[in-house]
Amino acid sequence: MLEMRLYLAQRISAAILAPLVLMHLGLMVYAIQGGLDAGEILARTRGSLFWGSSYALFVIAVAVHASIGLRKILHEWLGWRGALLHGFSWLCLAGLLFAGLRAVAAVVLP
Amino acid sequence: MSSSAATSSTGSIAVSVWRGDARHGNFQLFQVPQQPSQTILDVVTWIQRHADPGLSYRFACRVGMCGSCAMMVNGIPRWTCRTHVNKVLRDNRLTIEPLRNMPIIKDLACDMSEFFDKWKQARGQFEGSSTRDQQVAALSPGLPRRRIADAATECINCGICYAACDVVSWNRDYLGPAALNRAWSLQNDERDCAGEQRLRAVAGDAGCHQCHAQQGCATYCPNELNPTASIAGLKRMVSQAWFNKGLACHPGKKCGLGKRHA
Ligand code: SF4
Ligand code: SF4
Ligand code: FES
Repeated sequence: MLEMRLYLAQRISAAILAPLVLMHLGLMVYAIQGGLDAGEILARTRGSLFWGSSYALFVIAVAVHASIGLRKILHEWLGWRGALLHGFSWLCLAGLLFAGLRAVAAVVLP
Repeated sequence: MSSSAATSSTGSIAVSVWRGDARHGNFQLFQVPQQPSQTILDVVTWIQRHADPGLSYRFACRVGMCGSCAMMVNGIPRWTCRTHVNKVLRDNRLTIEPLRNMPIIKDLACDMSEFFDKWKQARGQFEGSSTRDQQVAALSPGLPRRRIADAATECINCGICYAACDVVSWNRDYLGPAALNRAWSLQNDERDCAGEQRLRAVAGDAGCHQCHAQQGCATYCPNELNPTASIAGLKRMVSQAWFNKGLACHPGKKCGLGKRHA
């Protein structure tokens, strides 16, 4: 029942993403309208448990959601299956997690 | 009256009909006289009786009950006995092909074995637990679950939804809209006692979670059923059962429907 688990994981990650995307968009508008520069933004995010955990959750949800979606497209449109499909999905998940969490670390870690 | 000219005279329709088997085939053009209240099945029958007795196609009831006459008409799956020519005619032309997503046997007859096999895989059979000595279960048509079962029950097994479904064309294992719609109807039948096994059957990797819910099936179902909604219902039921830890259970344990079966 792998497909059922993937289905649930994709729906749950979408439900997590919905408010986080809105938060992220609102934050960008606020930062730009408020005229915050990079230094001021970093001053607010460095060492912040709240921003660190929110954006880490954001990255994890994106990685799960996107790799399942891509997996589906590759399976249905290109006919990928088996080890190739699994391997690519895991690679995609790992790549997105690595790039995303690295970016979060860069703005949160002191 | 097989003709090589694509032109259509007044009062006649240019009909391209698929001729061939699973390996080879081509369209053949026929000029068919137009009649009042003519159906697509009338057109095909006219060709077989007057132009080419070798044309193979399938029908039985001619009144939209048996589900055997479905074909692709101008690229859209339709029940041909209830489809009037004047509703679908484009530039006085018709293209008639066997149903999509199923192997062609010959001409307009396709092999529906996989379609019916998938009904079995989705446990589309009613499984009762009472014997003939027990009283017949009294079911009020107004009960909420009975209404849900009724809404999905008028399927005539025509295969039109199956031909309309892109997921079937991408994933040959997918159980498809008709089989899943049938499973949903039975899942809501109070008298049926195979809910748990059926839920496991439809939650498999070729089951309800493959559906993208774009409603191709619901758009073309001639009986205006909505397999998309039925499949969404199955997804909900499977999710509930899974969260209740019912789905992975073994016979004898409680299933997601709160029933306990042997
Ligand atoms: S809604 Fe689902 S079953 Fe119906 S045609 Fe689309 S993918 Fe197929
Ligand atoms: S659900 Fe509709 S389209 Fe599909 S087989 Fe049944 S009657 Fe035909
Ligand atoms: S011939 Fe029976 S439904 Fe068309």
